[in-house]
Amino acid sequence: MDFLRPASWEEALAAKAAHPTAVPIAGGTDVMVEINFDHRRPDHLLDLNRIGELTEWEVGRENVRLGACVPYSRIMEHLRAELPGLALASHTVASPQIRNRGSVGGNLGTASPAGDAHPALLAAGAEVEAESVRGTRMIPIDAFYTGVKRNALEPDELIRAVHIKKADGPQQFSKVGTRNAMVIAVCAFGLALHPGTRTVRTGIGSAAPTPVRAKEAEEFLNAALEEGGFWDSRAIITPSVAKQFAALAAGACNPIDDVRGTASYRRHAVGIMARRTLGWTWESYRGNGRSTEGAA
Amino acid sequence: MGVTGNPTSINQGTRTKGGIGESTLRPDGILKVTGEFAYSSDMWHEDMLWGHTLRSTFAHAEIVSIDTSEALATSGVYAVLTYDDLPSTVKNYGLEIQDTPVLAHGKVRHHGEPVALVAADHPETARRAAAKIRIDYRELPVITDEASATAPDAILVHEGRSDHHAGHVPHPNIVHRQPIVRGDADAAAARADVVVSGEYVFGMQDQAFLGPESGLAVPAEDGGVDLYVATQWLHSDLRQIAPVLGLPEDKVRMTLAGVGGAFGGREDLSMQIHACLLALRTGKPVKIVYNRFESFFGHVHRHPAKLWYEHGATRDGKLTHMKCRIVLDGGAYASASPAVVGNASSLSVGPYVIDDVDIEAIALYTNNPPCGAMRGFGAVQACFAYEAQMDKLAAELGMDPVEFRQLNAMEQGTLLPTGQVVDSPAPVAELLRRVKDMPMPPERQWEVAGEQADVRALPGGLSNTTHGEGVVRGVGYAVGLKNVGFSEGFDDYSTARVRMEAVAGEPVVTVHTAMAEVGQGGVTVHAQIARTELGVSQVTIHPADTRVGSAGSTSASRQTYVTGGAVKHSCEAVREKVLEMGRRKFGTFHPAWATAELLLEGGKVVTDGGEVLADLADVLEDEAVDIELEWRHRPTEAFDLRTGQGNGHVQYSFAAHRAVVEVDTELGLVKVVELACAQDVGKALNPLSVVGQIQGGTIQGLGIAVMEEIVVDPRTAKVRNPSFTDYLLPTILDTPAIPVDVLELADDHAPYGLRGVGEAPTLSSTPAVLAAIRNATGLELNRTPVRPEHLTGT
Repeated sequence: MDFLRPASWEEALAAKAAHPTAVPIAGGTDVMVEINFDHRRPDHLLDLNRIGELTEWEVGRENVRLGACVPYSRIMEHLRAELPGLALASHTVASPQIRNRGSVGGNLGTASPAGDAHPALLAAGAEVEAESVRGTRMIPIDAFYTGVKRNALEPDELIRAVHIKKADGPQQFSKVGTRNAMVIAVCAFGLALHPGTRTVRTGIGSAAPTPVRAKEAEEFLNAALEEGGFWDSRAIITPSVAKQFAALAAGACNPIDDVRGTASYRRHAVGIMARRTLGWTWESYRGNGRSTEGAA
Repeated sequence: MGVTGNPTSINQGTRTKGGIGESTLRPDGILKVTGEFAYSSDMWHEDMLWGHTLRSTFAHAEIVSIDTSEALATSGVYAVLTYDDLPSTVKNYGLEIQDTPVLAHGKVRHHGEPVALVAADHPETARRAAAKIRIDYRELPVITDEASATAPDAILVHEGRSDHHAGHVPHPNIVHRQPIVRGDADAAAARADVVVSGEYVFGMQDQAFLGPESGLAVPAEDGGVDLYVATQWLHSDLRQIAPVLGLPEDKVRMTLAGVGGAFGGREDLSMQIHACLLALRTGKPVKIVYNRFESFFGHVHRHPAKLWYEHGATRDGKLTHMKCRIVLDGGAYASASPAVVGNASSLSVGPYVIDDVDIEAIALYTNNPPCGAMRGFGAVQACFAYEAQMDKLAAELGMDPVEFRQLNAMEQGTLLPTGQVVDSPAPVAELLRRVKDMPMPPERQWEVAGEQADVRALPGGLSNTTHGEGVVRGVGYAVGLKNVGFSEGFDDYSTARVRMEAVAGEPVVTVHTAMAEVGQGGVTVHAQIARTELGVSQVTIHPADTRVGSAGSTSASRQTYVTGGAVKHSCEAVREKVLEMGRRKFGTFHPAWATAELLLEGGKVVTDGGEVLADLADVLEDEAVDIELEWRHRPTEAFDLRTGQGNGHVQYSFAAHRAVVEVDTELGLVKVVELACAQDVGKALNPLSVVGQIQGGTIQGLGIAVMEEIVVDPRTAKVRNPSFTDYLLPTILDTPAIPVDVLELADDHAPYGLRGVGEAPTLSSTPAVLAAIRNATGLELNRTPVRPEHLTGT
């Protein structure tokens, strides 16, 4: 196994072009586990840790351009206001040590349905900045996940950054695990209110072959909120609406039974989390911020 | 008793600093916390090779052929060994029944059984070479439970058994069966106003010690081998290793390497014989270190169990009778199964007075992972079931569950189902009173004035699943009964060598035992005992090895009792010898040498009135007093194979818990808020260590209540979650406040009156948490660990 250590982004792209099967590594959260368990033995590892720009971020007018290797702990510390859903999701990633190394780029590269960042990215709205020696393209997050641990990247492409919409309303993230910290998701749910466009977006983790949005649930809720004039009245959402939203979110799941949980529990839990996260974000939108955002 | 007669009755007092009763700090504590402690996996030897074990990929299969040629031809490989390479006629080992092949012969009986060994100059080379060994398996149907094990056409896991249990078991796939019958349970049942019964299931727990199995074998010039290894009992290892190597025991010299936890999982051999075989074959030092994945296959686990219980009680709340049947899954090899059966049956009654009982416990041979010793050892599974029964009975009678238990609580003088009388304090009712009287933790601790909900105090924790929605508090109680020390007639002795000499004008003491320090704090306590008994502040603990006699196992809550007893006993003999020397040298100068009670204190010989007679350094001069003695606790008896009668246990220990939980009833997630414990320890030799043991045992019990379980596929008998990704251990956020109330009611039969501490809290913790979850949810919950699916009916 060759260990490639490009000193610049251009060198990294050249190396990836020369060795399309090279596996990029930054924090190593996923890659090192795979190697240690001998699940894969790539010919080349492409170390991105010398490329300083990948750990930087820029807060723009509408988006945050988050370098692929910005560690989760930095997101929690510095981007809670702009990316509240992703900050909450980051806090559920493994342990403090791993949050100091792991990054959203790694989650996207692995594209595991259990990656904690995905539901938050889906709910916020994001684009993946993919680049190769051939050029740069922006992949909408909805088109990024193509199968179990598969994504839309071409073999010669690397993830340079992810452009995430700055929060224009409250966001929430919930994850079920059978331990109160340091646990892989049994299932997860992200929800973002977008008052600017009067829409709600969602993301479901670990309850389908890929991270998915609960599109029917979103459409139902968007229509119900619009018809009821909720965005303007900021009234409490009718329980029957919340209930139907939760049922549709559960229905958006296509889970499996595995050692971490059953399919029917995952469906059930996604429904509960959908209802609760809607309640928390809406309370926040109504101007009652207290007890709506989980703190730790 | 020991060879020098009864211990002297001199009371040494506690005036020497750092003696018993003080919370002296562990010598290994800071090193372990800062990461500087050298564990067995850290050892290194110049020119050493790395050993690797090839393990079966099936749970039950015939081995048709093994082809090692490609592995042997790999550059960097020094040896590849299979069954055919074993050097001795002895090819099996085992704690009690020698049924475990060093390397599989013709058949594998469980997933992950060792089949071949490789030694190479790099661990990765060894691993890759092992992957080139071609094994042709022919799969066999798997035996996974009682029905498949005892079916008329069941394949025998072990053909042609000739062990000492083979004659009395009802089926060859049953390792051991122990019934206990006392009184007439059927007749007593007729007097019961209420009868409750239940079937309970206990999952397979792993010891999950953090330091994986590892060791270093160094071949010696005399044809023997020096083995440095993390284990629980050096001499038991030695007894099993030497015959397989074809060596006399004195050519296998063992030294304890740094142990990273044990909890029973190091009672059986793992890499010991394998490393020695490779070292002797290659003539080079060989190190073997399991990774976490392999560790799940490298040691036995806690027996999963199915338990059926029936209890009756009169309307006024007195227990009438108990019937139970406990089926333990021992997996493919016997390990400690027979003794676990003895414990499960003899302790199945719990800490209650029940005169009429009908008890049966068995352990099965199956193709599941082998199970053996783990903290609590058979008593844990029973406690989970009988405590659920106590709550059911109390509910049926409309009584308070604590008062109901107190009404039936065992006490000193109680006759157990085995016919043994509990002859030391048994403050069961008092322990329950103490946990019940502790202040309750405040409600709704996640609500912080003017702040957002603190999710750390809620079920789901940092995963942010609730801010209080669906959360219901529950409270539950449990109390347990555990034995201390090895039982059923086992010659459970220990050995201590104590040396006193003067160095640079100061008396110093060296304590040498073969006790495995696995984190229990024995080395701390031995130094405290030596200071108390010999009045010398400077005490050195010699590394544990086989150059001194056996200390017995670091298990069964026994080391402070038995090896602590041995250290005390040898110290007393040294003290007698030193006083003799003093009388010889100085007796004529002061009459007190002949007339007074003499003590050793502050490095001097003093009278009980405090008058100094001599410095120890002057008594000793150039002479060292060096004594090695064995020490035994009271003998025990085997249980009768039909009736279960016999004085089988040395000592009993008791702990009670009150669990307070918050349950997210919609998501089925649990936050244990507090696990209060009260335990009688007889005498706390080191109060800080005692509290640490109680808290550790409590957390291990919490683990099996809500998350820890090795999941075995019932169709293939393969382990589905051999990693810390999916075998979950409690984190600090899952660990509740654990207030501990320590009682010290002396057991007059034990050194200093002490009572073994380590296991009792592991018993009652689990059922207390389950009771609290039942209290919060109203669900029956007859299985542990509880999973979200069970709490949400999904």
